[in-house]
Amino acid sequence: MSSLLSFAVVFALGCYAAASLLALVRLIRGPRAQDRVLALDLLYFHGLLVMLVLNIKNASDTYFEGALLIAVFSFVSSFAMAKFILRGEVIE
Amino acid sequence: MNAGVPFWAEVVVAALLVLSGGFVVISAVGFVRLRDFFVRMHPPALAYTFGSWCVTLASIVYFSTLESRLVLHPWLIVIMLSITLPVTTLLLARVALFRRRVAGIAETPPSLTRGPRKELPEEATSRLSPRKP
Repeated sequence: MSSLLSFAVVFALGCYAAASLLALVRLIRGPRAQDRVLALDLLYFHGLLVMLVLNIKNASDTYFEGALLIAVFSFVSSFAMAKFILRGEVIE
Repeated sequence: MNAGVPFWAEVVVAALLVLSGGFVVISAVGFVRLRDFFVRMHPPALAYTFGSWCVTLASIVYFSTLESRLVLHPWLIVIMLSITLPVTTLLLARVALFRRRVAGIAETPPSLTRGPRKELPEEATSRLSPRKP
């Protein structure tokens, strides 16, 4: 891997780490529950992007399935939490 | 090791990765700094669309040039996200509106489809039908 590409990978991973810290600030400080659910959804998404960039970095396909699983589970967990704070129960 | 990747592909991949990192950081800063929840819902959409598209295009370009064939399976991530993320975002917006309505905060628009209208306060009903004699 050339130095240009490795610099870009490190820069992108650093950006994702900083963005995850900012989302963590909102997760802790968020005034209401829906802020926290949205912050957790954003954290899931940052993890997905990290998996995709590591996929490029290591030039292997093993991270891709992990990224797909993170996408599915982020949807399921955010949907369940949003339904819970909307109605008080997940499945009516 | 990666002798199969030409220089222009590396430039394109690096530019797309840096761009996605910038978009994600901008959206996170907006997510922390904005005031209201309904305003705060918009910056994550920037990361959801531009961040995932940039990384996916970078992955497609990189693996297509590395393996000398068309690698399209990273599209699956974007397709999955474009199906699932609007559902979550719309549900969270409805949650915020519902909870705000329950909390009785002023300037909340009343429910249009459900709920008896006669229990609403007078100015809300007159705002719903302003032409009423």
